[in-house]
Amino acid sequence: MDNFIKPALIDRGRIDLVDKVLIGCGAGFAGDRFDAAEAILDAFEGERAPRYLMFECLGERTLALAAAARAADPAAGFSPYLDRYLAPILARAMAMGVRIVANLGAANPAGGAARVLALAAELGAPTPRVAWVEGDDLTATMSDAAIRAAPRLDGAALIDRPIRAANAYLGAAPVAEALATGADVVLVGRTTDSALALGPLIREFGWSDLDRLAAGVICGHLLECGAQVTGAYFADPGFKDVADLAHVGFPIAEVASDGVFTVGKPDGTGGRVDRATVTEQLLYEMHDPAAYLTPDATVDVTDVQLIETAPDRVRVEGVRGRAPPETLKATVCVDGGFLAEAEMSYAGPNAAARAELAAKIVEARMREAGIEARLGVDLLGAGGTFGRGVRRAPTRSEEVRLRLAMIADDRADAERLTEELQALYCSGPAAGGGFRARVTSEIATGSILVPRGAARPVVRTLGR
Amino acid sequence: MRVPLHAVAHGRAGDKGDASNVSVIAYLPAAWPAIRDQIDEAAVMAIFAPLGATEVRRYELPRLHALNFVVEGALGGGVNSTLALDRHGKTLSFLLLGEATLEVEPEMIPEASTYRDVK
Repeated sequence: MDNFIKPALIDRGRIDLVDKVLIGCGAGFAGDRFDAAEAILDAFEGERAPRYLMFECLGERTLALAAAARAADPAAGFSPYLDRYLAPILARAMAMGVRIVANLGAANPAGGAARVLALAAELGAPTPRVAWVEGDDLTATMSDAAIRAAPRLDGAALIDRPIRAANAYLGAAPVAEALATGADVVLVGRTTDSALALGPLIREFGWSDLDRLAAGVICGHLLECGAQVTGAYFADPGFKDVADLAHVGFPIAEVASDGVFTVGKPDGTGGRVDRATVTEQLLYEMHDPAAYLTPDATVDVTDVQLIETAPDRVRVEGVRGRAPPETLKATVCVDGGFLAEAEMSYAGPNAAARAELAAKIVEARMREAGIEARLGVDLLGAGGTFGRGVRRAPTRSEEVRLRLAMIADDRADAERLTEELQALYCSGPAAGGGFRARVTSEIATGSILVPRGAARPVVRTLGR
Repeated sequence: MRVPLHAVAHGRAGDKGDASNVSVIAYLPAAWPAIRDQIDEAAVMAIFAPLGATEVRRYELPRLHALNFVVEGALGGGVNSTLALDRHGKTLSFLLLGEATLEVEPEMIPEASTYRDVK
């Protein structure tokens, strides 16, 4: 086909010939739709610009689970979703010359790379070149004591709990370096989510100017939650209506070499892209909009302009950048005890009072059993979803779901909570029903700051 | 007329550690001054205090007709240690939109909105 662009040619080509880059995002979290990327490839057909498909699938706690999987089996520890996301599009992306950048490497990018090669063979695709980035794992470069002593930003106290994973957020430079190997697929573990987009932009445009790097960070920030910028996680019927969320289009950014970019979505898909959807995602998980900290730049979005240039197209201009912080943020995962959750419904007259009585009975029984862990009590249907302390006035047709929650170091203590609520079927207030409970092993996380030198990114390759 | 913030603005909540950030974005430019002048840190603190909030910081984005609130301590310790059902506090944008109220003129409310009928 005439639009076939060999990655190797791009990499040998002159950077100044590239005037735009297309980046689509096929997943915004590990539980996202597995079939979303196909429409992006449809939209990429016939485009001559360098094209990238990114997948963001690595949650904070995921790395601790992945590290445990790798400890049990050296071949494991990459994302368990690697096949689900890549199998539908890998062969076609390779044939089209669309390069894939994904954090599906998790705690074992090398293992993930081996799996990509095997998957390509199973699909009958040519052997890809897979590059990956290692070096985010701080347990390889820092002692437990040094990790515990690092300045803590937020999250769980690390003292006295076994460290299960500690990973620095790498920036975009190693992603760009991995792409320079000519790789068809780049796998990373922990990087900033925005690096999945900024890496390709640095590779294609050779950016070093802070305003452009900052623009690339914001491009990645807008893309990294998938359809959250294209009308998903937005609909509020009657107030914010969104067409066809069942087939919402995932985002594509068209980025110019000066850092101005346009966010859109594949034609014929559901969703919407306008100032409102882009503004919500721009501010999502942002604190000070004049100082959004990343390893690549400190970003200022206070003068950003969002311009609707066409239906479902928004141009983003005016992102400014300053020097990045001296330190890197890292996430440390420690054992988090056992979370018990137990629920019972009460309906009809006086439902909330009966649910509150049930909670008091369980509280008394847990206290008498000598279990000191804090008990969370929520009345779902009466404001409880917002958290304890928010109560709605009882309504005429009351129906509430009592939810009790507790985190205990000892699994038996956690089990005890579920047993005590279950016992109220026979031994509690009138007419409780629909008991459900579960106990899950938890990973707690905390964020620390480490010197840049603590992370030593290394790029490796496998395949053709 | 006094209406919930939901009548004139939309928003999204995100989490970072034990802090929630909640954006408040005017539907219409005409509503921006009213939102900017009336939805202050104290108003937001009053709504989030029952959840354990310890501090509220407000950032203005006049070009986007938006405010960004950072609410410290609102997430029961954060996504991995909270006892809340909604561990990320994703629903908290609608707590703010529903609980905060402000004085507006009818033309600050989108035309199709049912809030226009509320007198």
